[in-house]
Amino acid sequence: MIEAIFTYEFLQNAILSGLIIGLIAPMLGLFIVVRRMSMISDALSHVALAGIAGSLYLSQQVLFFAALNPVYLGMGAAVVGSLLIERLRRVYKSFEELAIPIILSAGIGFGAIFISLAKGFGTDLVGYLFGSVSAVSRQDLYIVMLIAVMVIAFIYFLYKELFSLAFDPEYARVSGINERVIQAAFMIITALVIGASMRIVGILLVSSLMTLPVAAAIQVAKSYKGALVYSILFGEIAVVIGLISAYYLDIAPGGTIVVTSVFILLLVLFWKKVRS
Amino acid sequence: MYMTNSIINLEHITHKFNHSIALSDVSLEVKQGEFWALIGPNGSGKSTLLKIILGLLKPSQGTIELFGGPIDSFNQQQRIGYVSQKSNAFTTKFPATVLEVVKSGLTAKKGLFKRFDKEDEQQAIDALHIVKMADRKDESIGDLSGGQQQRVFIARALVSHPDLLIMDEPTVGIDRQNVESFYSMLSELNREYGIAILLVTHEIDVVTKLATHIACLNRSIHFHGVHADYEKMSEAELSGWYGHPIRRLHQKETEPVK
Ligand SMILES: Nc1ncnc2c1ncn2[C@@H]1O[C@H](COP(=O)(O)OP(=O)(O)OP(=O)(O)O)[C@@H](O)[C@H]1O
Ligand SMILES: [Mg+2]
Repeated sequence: MIEAIFTYEFLQNAILSGLIIGLIAPMLGLFIVVRRMSMISDALSHVALAGIAGSLYLSQQVLFFAALNPVYLGMGAAVVGSLLIERLRRVYKSFEELAIPIILSAGIGFGAIFISLAKGFGTDLVGYLFGSVSAVSRQDLYIVMLIAVMVIAFIYFLYKELFSLAFDPEYARVSGINERVIQAAFMIITALVIGASMRIVGILLVSSLMTLPVAAAIQVAKSYKGALVYSILFGEIAVVIGLISAYYLDIAPGGTIVVTSVFILLLVLFWKKVRS
Repeated sequence: MYMTNSIINLEHITHKFNHSIALSDVSLEVKQGEFWALIGPNGSGKSTLLKIILGLLKPSQGTIELFGGPIDSFNQQQRIGYVSQKSNAFTTKFPATVLEVVKSGLTAKKGLFKRFDKEDEQQAIDALHIVKMADRKDESIGDLSGGQQQRVFIARALVSHPDLLIMDEPTVGIDRQNVESFYSMLSELNREYGIAILLVTHEIDVVTKLATHIACLNRSIHFHGVHADYEKMSEAELSGWYGHPIRRLHQKETEPVK
């Protein structure tokens, strides 16, 4: 495989994007999981599906869209979806979680319409659903890199605010943290990470990469910093093992990455049980 | 510059939840160096009043001033330390150490985009020494007992060296010995550093020993003033606002007499 990496550009793109995603998805995922918002990333990825399907459909109809990377529209849809969730959460104050199934259904609904209209997209769509080793372009890689810089800067500079909001939202507000602004930014960042990750792990499995490594990490970590480090570590292990096996077995990397994450989680749970 | 030593000034605060009145025409002024005990039966609006002072709730009517300025333009949150009534209601599996939790009390003081450094860590450790939890600093917060957690939250309130401490039944779940040392610490902070304190408690014995001022709340304020005047109130008067008979001298807590 090493030799192939130097030979094929698509493989370089896939490996590099994979490693970056293995870093940012679980990193952001920790803040999502501890706030009990795991379902939000699921909803947003389905909204991204609508965007992708819309873009693929339009590319059959309008010349402009034929040249446009569907990732853009997918990401755009996820960002709009994230802001809508925030809005709905305020409308249904006491049923906050209702916002999630509403947006999730809307995403699948629009996705289904576009897919039917286009009479199926074959392999293209499967690549977006479950990820692909061969479909990652240089442009995709650059998008992933740009988003990674944004995510890392966001978490680096707002670490204490994000921690406070996650641990004790009421206290965070008393500390003068502008919850609304940070929450809106957080949702947009989440949408961008989902957009960045979907090429490799696929729309349907993005949220798993944001939650499974974190689920394992909080079993072993005592501190928040530790949980962050373990989340990234487990995420990277899953991505590396997943990508290599996807390449050799010629299957969708989303599947292998997520199944590896599940194994890591089981191993961690088993190790905990044995130790106690 | 015009100086004021008024720390909290509430005027004619009324608050309704939907249509039920939780607070009715409450006015209260807390000045620098005062130690206020806010007492009243369950559901009398104590926590609601604190939340209004902290900006967590907007009152239906009335004005609030903090440190001499209107609450809407208040931006020196680090001057207020807060311990909420159910501060340990977080998920027990939350991955955070005691030290990380206490450091989060410095969030307002540091300001946006700044990161904690070694000095902040030392301040957090100092605050943990005050509540005698420094040796547990690297433990996961969820692994501590309820009372120990509560002490950590008190440290979080103290870490930014606030000028005002607002505490809603901070000693719930803390054992007797630690309650006493906690209150003597509060009293010391109050007397030596002039920190103003607004404390909600059901432990009336503390009130009689330490607080300089007392406010009795039951939707509206039934008494507020200095300690000596409170002592003069008859049992009948006390019972009147509390809603059930109270005997003062022989009881540690204001419990209804059967
Ligand atoms: N979020 C809310 N929505 C509706 N009603 C509320 C809300 N919070 C408080 N209340 C009501 O306001 C009244 C005052 O409540 P509050 O929590 O201020 O009482 P308290 O004096 O702190 O009582 P306790 O001693 O039990 O802590 C109660 O009747 C309560 O039911
Ligand atoms: Mg209360």
